Amino acid sequence: MISVFFYLFSFIAVFSAVMVITVKNPVHSVFFLILTFFNATGLFVLMGAEFLAMLLLVVYVGAVAVLFLFVIMMLNIDFSSLRAGMIKNAPVGLLIGVILLGEIIFSFIGMKYGIAGIPGNELFVQLSEVENTRALGKVIYTDYIYLFQCAGLILLVAMIGAIVLTHRRRENVKKQDAVKQTLRSKSDSIEVSKVEIGKGV
Amino acid sequence: MLKLLVFLPLMGSILSGLFPKFLGKKGVIWVPTLFSFLSLFFSVILLAQAIGGEAYITHLCYWIKSEALTVSWSLRLDVLSAVMLFVVMLVSSLVHLYSIGYMDHDEHKARFFSYLSLFTFAMLMLVTSNNFLQLFFGWEGVGLCSYLLIGFWFKKQSANAAAIKAFIVNRVGDLGLILGICVIYKLTGSLDFNVVFDKTSSFLESNIHFFNLSIPYIELACFLLFIGAMGKSAQIGLHTWLADAMEGPTPVSALIHAATMVTAGVFLVARCSPLFEYAPIALNFVILVGAATSIFAACIAITQNDIKKIIAYSTCSQLGYMFFACGVSAYSAGMFHLMTHAFFKALLFLGAGSVIHALSDEQDIRKMGGLAKALPYTCAAMWIGSLALAGLPPFAGFFSKDIILEAAWGHHSTFGYIAFYLGLIAAFLTAFYSWKILFMVFHGKPRTDISSAHESPLYILIPLFILSIGAIISGWVGYSMVDTHHDFWLGSILILDSHQALVNAHHAPLLVKLSPIIVAVLGIYFAWLFYIRKVHLPKIYSEKYSKLYEISRNKFWFDEIYDFILTRQLKNIGNVFWTLGDIRIIDRFGPNGIAHLCSLVASKIKSFQSGYVYHYAFTMFFGLIILFSWQFLIYFGWL
Amino acid sequence: MYQISLTHYLILSSIIFTIGIFGVFLNRKNLIIILMSIELMLLAVNINFIAFSTHLNLILGQVFALFVLTVAAAEAAIGLAILVVFFRSRGSIAVEDANSMKG
Repeated sequence: MISVFFYLFSFIAVFSAVMVITVKNPVHSVFFLILTFFNATGLFVLMGAEFLAMLLLVVYVGAVAVLFLFVIMMLNIDFSSLRAGMIKNAPVGLLIGVILLGEIIFSFIGMKYGIAGIPGNELFVQLSEVENTRALGKVIYTDYIYLFQCAGLILLVAMIGAIVLTHRRRENVKKQDAVKQTLRSKSDSIEVSKVEIGKGV
Repeated sequence: MLKLLVFLPLMGSILSGLFPKFLGKKGVIWVPTLFSFLSLFFSVILLAQAIGGEAYITHLCYWIKSEALTVSWSLRLDVLSAVMLFVVMLVSSLVHLYSIGYMDHDEHKARFFSYLSLFTFAMLMLVTSNNFLQLFFGWEGVGLCSYLLIGFWFKKQSANAAAIKAFIVNRVGDLGLILGICVIYKLTGSLDFNVVFDKTSSFLESNIHFFNLSIPYIELACFLLFIGAMGKSAQIGLHTWLADAMEGPTPVSALIHAATMVTAGVFLVARCSPLFEYAPIALNFVILVGAATSIFAACIAITQNDIKKIIAYSTCSQLGYMFFACGVSAYSAGMFHLMTHAFFKALLFLGAGSVIHALSDEQDIRKMGGLAKALPYTCAAMWIGSLALAGLPPFAGFFSKDIILEAAWGHHSTFGYIAFYLGLIAAFLTAFYSWKILFMVFHGKPRTDISSAHESPLYILIPLFILSIGAIISGWVGYSMVDTHHDFWLGSILILDSHQALVNAHHAPLLVKLSPIIVAVLGIYFAWLFYIRKVHLPKIYSEKYSKLYEISRNKFWFDEIYDFILTRQLKNIGNVFWTLGDIRIIDRFGPNGIAHLCSLVASKIKSFQSGYVYHYAFTMFFGLIILFSWQFLIYFGWL
Repeated sequence: MYQISLTHYLILSSIIFTIGIFGVFLNRKNLIIILMSIELMLLAVNINFIAFSTHLNLILGQVFALFVLTVAAAEAAIGLAILVVFFRSRGSIAVEDANSMKG
């Protein structure tokens, strides 16, 4: 049963991954990316990591993919004029990719050992006493607290970076500078000058 | 003293040429001139010493020192070289003095005087050399200076062309000279004059075997040496450069092409007299060429209209005389004529220069006339020079020309008689064209405006004066050169006892002795007839004999023939080599090709830096794959 | 084949990884595809981690995957910000126009 779901999820995941890089319309690409993430979520759940699966959905699909969509729509890309199509040395790249794939697969399988069904290669999803979430929480805030804080810092830096990069100053917008306002003193605003009778300033 | 004599002009040349600012405006003119006069003074002393019997060789330093060949720089003083030293220095110093006046308006005086002194130095090296290599050095040196001086006004296209022509035609002759020197070296194993001359008599029978021909070495060597002399002294065949060399300033023409450089060929033959005496065939060839040249050049001279060109062809003709004098083994007569010729030819040239200077660079005699009143001294000088040239007593030319013609007759051979008769005709023509110049320039009615013509400054007149004296008295003074009862040359010239031409000359019948004078007077008469009395005659005769006139006027079409046969073809060959060989082949595989290859390879490599990140990513990925595959294959035992 | 083992997951992860790599340098459309391909690659790595975590019965793999997730999100944000600025100054996000590093 599990294998059916596995194959289903994995095929759709692979299919939509290919679609991501081949469709013309970038919005469609994002959609296919979202589909890939959904299937990955399914796979995670199959493996027993449900917290991460949901996290994947929330963060990736809910934030990152939506961000992609926002940017695509904001850039207002004229995709009809985008050049689609393969490059001339696509076959070479394809060949090399296939070689890589083959090697990775071989190395995982181990030529000497054959394919599945050998001891030590099982994947037992063990139901443990604690839920996945609790198990994660036990570890993160204790053993890996520094890494956790670093991750927070990374997010902070990313946020600041994104703001700094894309911030635009509008020329004709009046802004209030609170610090300047409160630091105004008498000498900045009032000036006393002696004026002769009959003559102007 | 000999060393000082030879190197003073060199110092003058270097000072004037390389440090003109240091010397100042007056210095660049006077330093070379004074040095020349100092050398002249030394040469007189040395001449007296040499005639008195002193002969020595001053060794300067070694040039080549190897087992096969030892050549050194050394200065040789004997009667022959002393005479030449005197002649060269006298004419050179006077030309220096003359140039002070003549080149007054020129802005490149420093360069001119430097070249003049450099030429003098090279000529001195030539005449004082003690071996063939140093002689060749001097030979080339005078050739180079001739090029520099002919092309002195380098902004004139014709001057540049003439300079190159002179150099190249000289070069053709030099080829013969070099081959001759090589033959001599092969024969005797040395280039030293003393060694070669001593050994010559032992090689009389040795022949060179060449394609079934067996030629005696000495004949071959002398023949080749004479080819060199032909080039330098503008004999027929290699004479084309001399007329065009008149593009140079007149002092240059006087120094180089009248008195010194062109006489280097005669000097060579005289110096190698020990060789030539044993080469009768070569001597006959010399007679033939000399006689042919003398009449050939005279034929051309009678129809020319540029005053300098007429005098140039006259030089060519007189050199022919000198050569056939040497050919009949009367080397002394040749040298005697060389000396007197130096005087009166330089005089004629400098006088012509004075006329040109007075008429603001007008050289066509058809545009001159009636200048006798305006330029009295120049007129007198030209008359003296022409009288000497024509060979009328008591002027210098009479003695030297007469003895040459008598020697030709006294040779009592076919060649000798041919030379004699041709020489006579040439003498007639010589007188004719000399007086053509005189009558058309100084007498008769003026053909152009001569009101602005004035006598030349003193710097020009003094050399004319001195040369005139020389032209008058050098005949008597130098007669002892050809006097067979008194050994003037003291071993510097060898004349075999079997060659008795000079001795016979003194015993020639009276008619033979007088014939040159008769012929000269006839020439003067005809010139007077044509150019003073019945001025329409030249036109009538030139139309009547128009074919001959055209041949003569076009210089026998030598230039055109050479151009067609040689120059054009060589230029074409050179062109082919240049475009095909050089540009297409060598350049393509050489510099241009390599540069092109470099940029090609570079652009190919450059395409790696495309600027596209995905290209870079692909390259990284590719490298990763390679690494991965390598490890993979090693792990699985396939590698 | 029917029994899903670690290898299956690993093969799947490597397939998705290579697809992501292809997306980086085979695409001629626009730069956003590159960012999406990076997300694909990170997803593949995540699958790998979770698979091993389950296989070895260690929670560490999931912890690591969590952090990878975090960093991926941050990186996607920054990447898109850069893209926006790039677009503002160039006016185009076509891949072929981004060759100012050409030597």
